[in-house]
Amino acid sequence: MDATTPAVAGGFEPRITAFVCNWCTYTGADLAGTSRLQMASNVRIIRLPCTGRIDPMFITKAFERGADGIIVSGCHPADCHYNAGNYHARRRFAIFRELMDFLGVDTGRITFSWVSASEGGKWRDVVNDAVTRVRALGPFTDYRKLVVDPVATATGVVPPEHVGKEVPA
Amino acid sequence: MTELRELARRLLSEGTVNAVLGWEEGPRGARPAFVTTPEGADTLIFDHRCVHNLASYLSPRRPHLKRLGKVAMVLKPCDARAVAGLIRETQIPRDKVVLIGVRCGGVITDPDSTAPLTEATVADRCRGCPDREGHLADHTVGTAGPGFAGPSKRAQKIEELAAAPAEKRWAFWQSELEKCVRCHACRQVCPMCYCDRCLADKTQPRWIESSPHARGNMAWHVARAMHLAGRCVDCGECERVCPEGIPLGLITRKIAQVVSERYDFRPSDDPAVPAPVGTYRMDDPQEFIL
Repeated sequence: MDATTPAVAGGFEPRITAFVCNWCTYTGADLAGTSRLQMASNVRIIRLPCTGRIDPMFITKAFERGADGIIVSGCHPADCHYNAGNYHARRRFAIFRELMDFLGVDTGRITFSWVSASEGGKWRDVVNDAVTRVRALGPFTDYRKLVVDPVATATGVVPPEHVGKEVPA
Repeated sequence: MTELRELARRLLSEGTVNAVLGWEEGPRGARPAFVTTPEGADTLIFDHRCVHNLASYLSPRRPHLKRLGKVAMVLKPCDARAVAGLIRETQIPRDKVVLIGVRCGGVITDPDSTAPLTEATVADRCRGCPDREGHLADHTVGTAGPGFAGPSKRAQKIEELAAAPAEKRWAFWQSELEKCVRCHACRQVCPMCYCDRCLADKTQPRWIESSPHARGNMAWHVARAMHLAGRCVDCGECERVCPEGIPLGLITRKIAQVVSERYDFRPSDDPAVPAPVGTYRMDDPQEFIL
């Protein structure tokens, strides 16, 4: 199936947040764009200095705010602009992935990749694979069903981070 | 016990230390004690009710202990792992603390209980514990029981959860985590949670929603597990103090298993061995990365 087009017209389209490093994957994604490669438009990119800067809390926060899937991507091993950031990230996310799996989150929603500045084609594949996978898994309703602040619900005062967010029935 | 008291009295009267951290008989069973005079050494006890991990008091988050100067601490083998962790992370200088190791054959679940130590009352973490004496101690005293055979109920539960489908695990953890009232007792008691200002208390930005609802609870327990990855010493204190009885040890044990398998690290390792998260190897496995 082609990831760039929805499976069903008007059907579920996943929202995917990508945390990428400035030096490799961001430039690679830029290359994919300037090369006019066709890829799914479901991914919102957040540029960070390094994969070593990506705290696992970024991912839980993205899920809280309604992401259906996550991509974390950076420089290949030995290519880190800061020498070792990606090695640290590799350990951290190996553990994080196991933790999410243990807590019952489908790890298919979380994609890790190394994409260099010259790999526009690989970035397209990573994005299309992730979109296809998360589209099949469906919306991450489990996480969204985690109740919104009961105080806010009772008082009608909606905290800023909940504004514009769909409150499940 | 006489051996322990003798040693504490000697250390205090010789002026080697200004205080001895140990356990004493309290109104409701064993409780932590701070002995500052040689005469006070007679109140010290050690038996199977001495559950508390006193290494929490060495944590730099409790600066009032600094006033006491050099202290001695009575420690079980599991507490020794916590001290090793604090030394590893340069939170306490090794030469500023005298470690009195006590031989240990297991402790009970509840320090307030008067029940004898049996297969039924032993703390789950003591099942299968191979350590009879701590590996860092300057002095080692006492005698130990034979210990208890594993596997622990917790290890069995982890296996059972791992074998279950993801939806079951999600349902299990949601039913447990929804009980959390965010009292942060698990953080306060943890010898390895020593930040002056915890991520959970920060509001700009607020990474972890502070009210006790399922979403904030999930964020808190994910953060806690990640921050303790490769650092948890399995003293079981978080689970003991949890007012809601959430099996927090399952999460930290699961992560410890992952760390031990992937990076060949155990908290009982020498303090000179760096903590696994915060260091790396060029050839770390990366089968999960595209």
